[in-house]
Amino acid sequence: MAIEDSHVRRAAHLARLAISDDQASGFVDDLSRILEMVDQLQGIDTEGVMPLSHPLDATQRLRADEVTETNQRDNFQRCAPAVENGLYLVPRVVE
Amino acid sequence: MQWETVIGLEVHVQLATRSKIFSGASTAFGAEPNTQACAVDLGLPGVLPVLNEQAVAMAVQFGLAVHADIAEVSVFDRKNYFYPDLPKGYQTSQMYHPIVGPGDVEITLEDGSTKRIRIHHAHLEEDAGKSLHEDFHGMTGIDLNRAGTPLLEIVSEPDMRSAKEAAAYLKAIHSIVTYLGISDGNMAEGSMRCDVNVSVRPKGQEAFGTRAEIKNVNSFRFVERAIAFEVERQIELIEDGGSVIQETRLFDPERDETRSMRTKEEANDYRYFPCPDLLPVVLDQAYLDHLRSQLPELPADKRERFQNELGLSAYDANVISASRDMAEFFEVVHSVCGDAKQAANWVQGELSGALNRESLSIANSPISARQLGELISRVLDDTISGKAAKDVFQALWNGQGESADEVIEAKGLKQVTDTGAIEAMIDQVIAESPAQVAQYRDSEPEKRGKMIGYFVGQVMKASRGTANPQQVNGLLKEKLDALL
Amino acid sequence: MYEKTLTQLAAALKSGEFSSRELTAHYLQRIEKADGKLNSFISVTAEQALKQAEIADNARAAGTAGPLAGIPLALKDIFCTRDVKTSCGSKMLDNFIAPYNATVVEKLHAAGTISLGKTNMDEFAMGSSNENSFYGPVKNPWDLTAVPGGSSGGSAAAVAAGLVPAAMGTDTGGSIRQPAAFCGITGLKPTYGRVSRFGIIAYASSLDQAGPMARSAEDCAHLLGVIAGHDGRDSTSVARGVPDYVESLNAPLSGLKIGLPKEYFGDGLAPDVEKAVREAVKVYESLGATVREVSLPHTHYAIPAYYVIAPAEASSNLSRYDGVRFGHRCDNPSDLIDLYTRSRAEGFGEEVKRRILIGTHTLSEGFFDAYYTKAQQVRRLIRQDFLDAFEDVDVLMGPASPTPAFDLGAKKDPVSMYLQDIYTIAVNLAGIPGISVPAGFVGGRPVGLQILGTHFAEAQLLNVAHQFQQATDWHLQRPAFAEEYA
Repeated sequence: MAIEDSHVRRAAHLARLAISDDQASGFVDDLSRILEMVDQLQGIDTEGVMPLSHPLDATQRLRADEVTETNQRDNFQRCAPAVENGLYLVPRVVE
Repeated sequence: MQWETVIGLEVHVQLATRSKIFSGASTAFGAEPNTQACAVDLGLPGVLPVLNEQAVAMAVQFGLAVHADIAEVSVFDRKNYFYPDLPKGYQTSQMYHPIVGPGDVEITLEDGSTKRIRIHHAHLEEDAGKSLHEDFHGMTGIDLNRAGTPLLEIVSEPDMRSAKEAAAYLKAIHSIVTYLGISDGNMAEGSMRCDVNVSVRPKGQEAFGTRAEIKNVNSFRFVERAIAFEVERQIELIEDGGSVIQETRLFDPERDETRSMRTKEEANDYRYFPCPDLLPVVLDQAYLDHLRSQLPELPADKRERFQNELGLSAYDANVISASRDMAEFFEVVHSVCGDAKQAANWVQGELSGALNRESLSIANSPISARQLGELISRVLDDTISGKAAKDVFQALWNGQGESADEVIEAKGLKQVTDTGAIEAMIDQVIAESPAQVAQYRDSEPEKRGKMIGYFVGQVMKASRGTANPQQVNGLLKEKLDALL
Repeated sequence: MYEKTLTQLAAALKSGEFSSRELTAHYLQRIEKADGKLNSFISVTAEQALKQAEIADNARAAGTAGPLAGIPLALKDIFCTRDVKTSCGSKMLDNFIAPYNATVVEKLHAAGTISLGKTNMDEFAMGSSNENSFYGPVKNPWDLTAVPGGSSGGSAAAVAAGLVPAAMGTDTGGSIRQPAAFCGITGLKPTYGRVSRFGIIAYASSLDQAGPMARSAEDCAHLLGVIAGHDGRDSTSVARGVPDYVESLNAPLSGLKIGLPKEYFGDGLAPDVEKAVREAVKVYESLGATVREVSLPHTHYAIPAYYVIAPAEASSNLSRYDGVRFGHRCDNPSDLIDLYTRSRAEGFGEEVKRRILIGTHTLSEGFFDAYYTKAQQVRRLIRQDFLDAFEDVDVLMGPASPTPAFDLGAKKDPVSMYLQDIYTIAVNLAGIPGISVPAGFVGGRPVGLQILGTHFAEAQLLNVAHQFQQATDWHLQRPAFAEEYA
């Protein structure tokens, strides 16, 4: 399946990556070649094969419902770019 | 043209676990911002989710309560989108293999009739944080304490046909989750939130109309009002030659209207895929059987039992069974006094009135179920009059006594049934009321019945309400008629 | 001291030949002298290391030291280390001081080992040459014009150059085994779930696995024993006992059934590399093993499947780098979308962006089934190939990489770079363990023999590798670069 400029721009938008026009055309080239390689997959018959999400056939273990974490706000916010009154700040979100 | 309304609800219920769905941070409400957001909730690099067993158990309990198929294998997926209150850039949810499959809920309408509403599925997911828009120099503040709180999203089929049905459904879900104790059901604190899908179609038409989704309708009352507005809007729109567009709308309770959320953005593409950090959740029959055996009696069963075994009216049974606290209170009152009808009357009348006046929940009632039951018993065994009972109730409410008997004793409210004592009081009243006696004597016989009221009142007053009114009535009539 | 293996150093510390403080200072000095040329470290934590060494020496004196107490190690900069910068080779995390330790780091710390610092790597572990690091490329100590391999290139180069006796790496598609092969050291990728992923910055969650990189299989056995085991903080870590990997090293190999996947000896394999690998297999025959050809029929679909699955997971895993709670944030964002798109565009390098875009595209509406579902189906077929092969043989052997280390800057095209991982990538898709051991040289650059086992066969792999190293001395060869700083 060929990839076009519009696909790359849409993916960049969904992934919140700013890309310039120049970069976009470079990515179209790269992604085209990568997906061409990926398209070999279409050559295998996978009819009836269950998709495999995890390499081991393990199942989820459950955690006891206990509060084990204590307040570490200061520790966690040391690496935050902008905080005030314990809140993370972002440009105004319009609802 | 006759229109039919079609409504489906998505109800998000915050599960009452102590810790979050994928981390050991507390879920307590109202903490200082970001003090209950641990590294996992914040989506810091390298951290991983581990599923809370209680969240799973609660989802299963709900499923069992709505007769649903519980998935033997359920899978968590990632719903990818960027938003500041969504720390990881994805919400962990269940898209393709939810834990609770199709089920149903019975709702009771005001006329006592019932209807079955089908549940499409219910799935587990994590809640997001909160954006605070008060002014931080033109910035928005993000509090992630709520991020990772377990939610059960309950998705109904489009089976409701009126705002009243939708409200009844929401109440039924509320009553099931609070009965199960899997949520506090506190809508004001956001423990239960509701998105409403509404469409209209010409009556008799099979195909659904285009629906609008109304987001975050967070009270029973708002559900009715939002639907009423939206239905009217859609009908007007169509009748004026327009058509409904599929969109998300917001209900504004201040203006009592819904309005479009003006999504500038193109439709989102959430790119769901199985979360590689979590493994399939596999539940076996023994586990389900165990949880089933732990289920409490549910509202629908209680309602039926109250009606069939205790002889309550459909209305009484429905109102009392709607809340587990009220139903359990009622059952204690009933077991103490032995009269279901009286118990229901007191719980719904005097008690509910008093609770409402002081905005108290029944769980915080100053008068206990045992106290109320004993009080009713004293009416039933003629120890006190119905009027005195209200005084006793008030005294108990105010904490002026431990039991009905104590209050009756202290206030001397015990009914006087001793004929001799009552006769003595009557004689005295007659002796002190020569004018009224003369009037009585001179009246037409058919008017005397009315006049006797005065004497009854005087005798009751003299007895400070303790004389048995029926006895007083009878004896007075005898004595006055003897004077004729 | 640097010429000793970790096992020898542990014995020397135990016998009191030198102290951990002396040993640590020795390696710190080597790093200081040599790393300007190699660029194998992003952060060196000298002060902390010397403090830890003193604690280890005290424990030794008090008789409470464990077998590895006082051994200096290095950590790939993908492991979160409390109070130390954890960059993942990215500008995005250049300012990120981790507020907690990875479970692997905790376990190494509890064993009394010492961390000298954090090693260079391809950004977010995406790369096969270490040229994708924000901190610049790492050089191969065997030839400074060659790449060390990737993504754990810093760890491999540092061990090969004798700047540290052993290091921790992670392997998502070959990132331990290929740089180990390129740098002439021994590197083990354990079974998926054998080592906790908690605190390891995620690239592709269903493929990532941490493992040791050292001079010998014996060294790896010591280290795996420390870091393996179940972790309640990682749902995918396996609750299964950890065997004594050292104890089983000396089991004889007579009767060992070796399979050579014919697909691993086909087109694209450099003839000299093939020759070295076949020589190594002959050594095994001399040790009593039998050899037969086997087939892994879906081998050629491993790279295509990987380049759907890994970028898909990565595109989601890397969404958390949004400039809000940590990491790079652009200057003066005009609005929310500007904050996101500019912070991410500035913070991520080209290869990371490329993989985010592929992953986002293949997961998006209209493409998901054709790419993602298909790749997951192929993933099952690939795993089945291995499970079928292990019905007939005990271990599989082949080259770790089709060529020895290539020159810096030689692979400009992403796809030709991806194809380098042809022999390593299927192992991650299947979740099985693999080890690369030195097996000779081609043009002065090392060649790695890759040995694969079935799920949880680490003890057997280490035993098989160790026996080879008892019979050969490829693993003891040192680059001249290491001797220059003696």
